[in-house]
Amino acid sequence: MARTGFSITRLPGFGAIAIATFLMLYIPILTLVVFSFNAQASMSQWGGFSLQWYEAAYNNRQVRDVSIRSLWLAVVASGIATAVATLAALGTTRTSRFPGQTMIYALINQPLMVPEIVTGVALLIFFAAIKVQTGYTGMGYLVAAHTAFCIPFAYLPIKARLETMDLTLERAAADLYATSFQAFRHITLPLLMPGILAGFMLGFVISLDTVVITEFVKSAGQDTLPTYMLGQLRRQVTPEMNAIATLFLLLSLCAVTVFFLLSRKRA
Amino acid sequence: MPDASAPPAGNDATAHSVSSPEGEIEIGRLSKVFGAGATAFRALDGVSLAIRRGEFFTLLGPSGCGKTTLLRLIAGFEQPSSGTLRIGGQEVAGLGPNRRPVNTVFQNYALFPHMSVADNIGFGLRMLGRRRAEVQSATAEMLRLVRMEELADRRPGEISGGQQQRVALARALAPRPRVLLLDEPLSALDLKLRKEMQSELKRLQAETGITFVFVTHDQEEALTMSDRIAVMNAGRILQTGSPEEIYNHPADRFVADFIGDTNFLEVELLEVAAAGARIRLPGGAALPANLPAGPAPAAGSCVTVVIRPEHARLADADGALAGTVERSVFFGTDTHVHLRLDDGSSFTLRRQNSAAAGPAPDPGSRVGIALAEGALQLLRN
Ligand SMILES: Nc1ncnc2c1ncn2[C@@H]1O[C@H](COP(=O)(O)OP(=O)(O)OP(=O)(O)O)[C@@H](O)[C@H]1O
Ligand SMILES: [Mg+2]
Repeated sequence: MARTGFSITRLPGFGAIAIATFLMLYIPILTLVVFSFNAQASMSQWGGFSLQWYEAAYNNRQVRDVSIRSLWLAVVASGIATAVATLAALGTTRTSRFPGQTMIYALINQPLMVPEIVTGVALLIFFAAIKVQTGYTGMGYLVAAHTAFCIPFAYLPIKARLETMDLTLERAAADLYATSFQAFRHITLPLLMPGILAGFMLGFVISLDTVVITEFVKSAGQDTLPTYMLGQLRRQVTPEMNAIATLFLLLSLCAVTVFFLLSRKRA
Repeated sequence: MPDASAPPAGNDATAHSVSSPEGEIEIGRLSKVFGAGATAFRALDGVSLAIRRGEFFTLLGPSGCGKTTLLRLIAGFEQPSSGTLRIGGQEVAGLGPNRRPVNTVFQNYALFPHMSVADNIGFGLRMLGRRRAEVQSATAEMLRLVRMEELADRRPGEISGGQQQRVALARALAPRPRVLLLDEPLSALDLKLRKEMQSELKRLQAETGITFVFVTHDQEEALTMSDRIAVMNAGRILQTGSPEEIYNHPADRFVADFIGDTNFLEVELLEVAAAGARIRLPGGAALPANLPAGPAPAAGSCVTVVIRPEHARLADADGALAGTVERSVFFGTDTHVHLRLDDGSSFTLRRQNSAAAGPAPDPGSRVGIALAEGALQLLRN
């Protein structure tokens, strides 16, 4: 390295700002985790170690219901979104450039650009009209909304992987008598798998986490874990919330870790 | 060759039996234009070729001359802009690469990284729907042929570059294609491995009897390995012939210059007969010269002749040509002597270094040049 060159790490206060940022990021979360083990029903006073809030959360029927609903929704929505995103990624990387391709990127990535609250309101109005017309009030609305929202997150890692993949492999397969479907099935798909799994994990975490859209789209009795927690916090706050949030955090961390391991893996 | 096991050419696996034994690949006025309008680029310009069954055929030419493009047209990765292309007597226009009885060895090998060596080799046969036992025995045979039996279960990422090269060869040969296309397959290997693989390729071709179409821009590789060579430049084929023909009787200035070291002399054409021509050298000597293929130039005109350095030797001042030594460069077994002829043109000859030959002439000394019989080759102008 050039000894005389400009280095951001040697600006005055660099270390202090970095440490302050990390403290601000992690102290609230650490506090939340620590107080989930509090023996008292207080969010500010430590009364000894206990697992009682975890027990309470476990025995709470509602918590179990919304957790299962959240997981189910995340798996289904992310699954559909991943399948759609895979096709979209193939369509935008394995064809020669066509007019309007940039437009297509914008359309696929729409949820990244439109504010969530706008999408939420739009879906509320749109789905309300459909509900009146059809009388259907099931989980379909949530699945549709979450799927659309997850697509760009699943799309990005899949597209990234397709773009780094050696095109001559598919050509070699065709040269060795594979039809285009066989080439996809035996060559492209297995090599794309880490990207697809990463896309799924990312979509899964996003769906698990989203509050705004769910809040607007859900019918009665369709609370997910985040909307349930939000509803509870409006009433009374006990460390049971901390326990639920800690478990939620753990789940998200696992999913994100899997995502990192998969996206780092190179064929 | 067991024709029943040959991969399909189009819909009908037996359609190729009508082919003449001569033309395994027949290419007629084939052109390929990339792009359109102002940016259009003619990568191949009216190429005609007939490649014979079982021969080792080489496409030789400088970078960008269209060798890869021609190979990709034969393999079916690109479609020609115009012209005809027949493989085994069957017109293949419009057929995809998976419907042509042709396999390719890619320059970067393109081995499937998620499959074992054995699965890579068996891939083509599996795609052709062959029975498991047949795939296995063919794979085992190919592994033996390229001497890779011990590494059958490794992944491509776990073997060396030279070994990957062998696997790529075995994979392309396993379905017993009519024609094997090789695009500069040795260019990524170091010199020693390269020499090894050159003889390995010749051995594989002899053992399988498959027609090889080999691309290189290395003239030495082309000369030592090929049955016939086509020299290409700027999308055209300039000359096709055996290595001896191409080397000793280049028809074209580019061909003569591209292959081996060459001396060009501007001479006067005295007379043209069926057996050959007579020309007058700058020094005044009249000598016979070989005529190029095609229409001969008219007598009396000024033409160019080619003289290979090894066909000339230093003589006393009474040789066919005379000049002054500029410098001598020592190359181990021989010395290259650079001369300036009396008419101002430069000339290089090779002199064997032996005890009997004595020391190389000093710069500035006047020497004569004697030419071997048949050393003069007239160029097509
Ligand atoms: N897809 C393409 N679009 C536009 N031009 C192309 C395309 N493919 C090749 N060309 C051009 O056609 C010419 C011939 O290319 P080709 O790859 O056949 O050369 P080559 O003889 O194989 O050269 P090398 O020895 O460097 O591999 C080049 O000038 C190249 O730029
Ligand atoms: Mg090339």
